Amino acid sequence: MNQAEWPLWEVFIRNKQGLDHKHVGSLHAADATMAIQNARDVYTRRLEGVSIWVVESTHIHASNPDDAEAFFDPAADKVYRHPTFYDVPDSIKHM
Amino acid sequence: METLEKPALTQEEQFQARIDADVRIEPKDWMPEAYRKTLIRQISQHAHSELVGMLPEGNWITRAPSLKRKSILLSKVQDEAGHGLYLYSAAETLGASRDQMLADLHSGKAKYSSIFNYPTLSWADMGCVGWLVDGAAILNQVPLCRTSYGPYARAMVRVCKEESFHQRQGFEVMQTLCEGAPAQKEMAQEALNRWWWPTLMMFGPKDSESPNTEQSMKWRIKRFTNDELRQKFVDMMVPQAEFLGLTVPDPALKWNEERKAYDFGEVNWEEFWQVVKGNGLCNADRLQARVQAHEEGAWVREAALAHAAKRKAREGVGA
Repeated sequence: MNQAEWPLWEVFIRNKQGLDHKHVGSLHAADATMAIQNARDVYTRRLEGVSIWVVESTHIHASNPDDAEAFFDPAADKVYRHPTFYDVPDSIKHM
Repeated sequence: METLEKPALTQEEQFQARIDADVRIEPKDWMPEAYRKTLIRQISQHAHSELVGMLPEGNWITRAPSLKRKSILLSKVQDEAGHGLYLYSAAETLGASRDQMLADLHSGKAKYSSIFNYPTLSWADMGCVGWLVDGAAILNQVPLCRTSYGPYARAMVRVCKEESFHQRQGFEVMQTLCEGAPAQKEMAQEALNRWWWPTLMMFGPKDSESPNTEQSMKWRIKRFTNDELRQKFVDMMVPQAEFLGLTVPDPALKWNEERKAYDFGEVNWEEFWQVVKGNGLCNADRLQARVQAHEEGAWVREAALAHAAKRKAREGVGA
C-alpha cells in the first residue's frame, strides 16, 4: 500500500484584476489540477480571488534569514536612492 | 581607549528581544526548540478541534429545519474544514508532518477542544454551538491574530474573518426559537443549560493550574490568560442571554459593581479533566468517526497519487 503523503503546494491568489498574486498558505494535492481546485475551496470561499497560482513547495528557493543582515546590507547606506535625499527649492513646483 | 564590549546576547536572548519588540517570527528563523514544540502542539490541537468540530454540527445537516438553515449549516461546516486546513498548513511550516499530526489525533495522543465531546441533542444545540461555542472561540482567536509566529497569526486572521458569521447565525437560531412557541423557547433554554458550563471550560484550566501560560505569555503566543478570557466571555454573554429572555444556569451569577464585571460560579473541574482524559460522552464516537473517515478515504488518496504518477509518465513520453 502506498502510504506517501500528497505533495505540498504553496498557493498564491490574485484578489482582483490589477493586483499581484499574493501568498496565502499551502495545501496538499496529488497534482497541479487538484491543487488549484483545492485552493479554490480552501482559500476563496468568499470570492477572495479571481486567479490562483500553485507551486510545489519543494520548488521554492528562499534567502537565508540568518544571512539577512549582510545580504540586504548593500541597500542600507544608499539614502540618495530616495527622493527625500534631495533639497528642492520651495519655488520649484511639480517635482 | 574605551572598551565598548558588551556581553554578547545568546541566540535565545536575541530571540526574546525580537519577541519583546513585537517582531514576528517566520518559519526559517532560529527559534528555541521549546517554542517550536509549544506551537506545534497548540496549532495542531487547534486544527484538530476544527476538524472534530465538524462532527457535532454535521449531525444536523440532514435534519436542519429549512433549506436556508441547511445551506448555512453546510457552509459553516465547510468553513471549519477550511480552518483546520489553514492551521495544519501553519503547523507544517514548523516542520510537523500532516500525516503525523493526523496519526496523533487518531491514536488519541493529541488533544482537541473538549467542547466537541458533548452531544448535540436538539436543533437548539446548533444555535448554542454558534452563539456560545463560536463566541468563546472568537475571544480565544482574536488575540491570536497578533501571536508571535507569523504563519499562525496570518491563519488566525483568515479564521476570525469567517468566524463572525458563525456566531451571528447561531444567535439568529436562538433568537428565532426564543421568539417562537413556548416549546421552542424551552428547547432554547435547555440547550443553554447544557452548553453554558462546557463553554466556560473551553478557556482551559484556571490560571493557577495552567503551567504553560506563563511561558506562552512571555513568548507572546498567548496574549491573555485563561481566566481573563473566561471573565470577558461571561461579561459579554450575560446581556445577550438576557436579550433572548433566557436564564444563565448559574445561581452564583451576579453583577459586581465594584469590579464592573460579573461574579460567577466555579466550573466543575472534575468534569473538565474527565472529558480531557477521554471519558466525555462522545470522545469515543468522535474519534471513531474521524478514524473511519480517514481509513475509508485511503483508497482515494492512493488512487489520486497513482493517477498523477501515470499522467506525469505519459507527459514525459510525449516531451
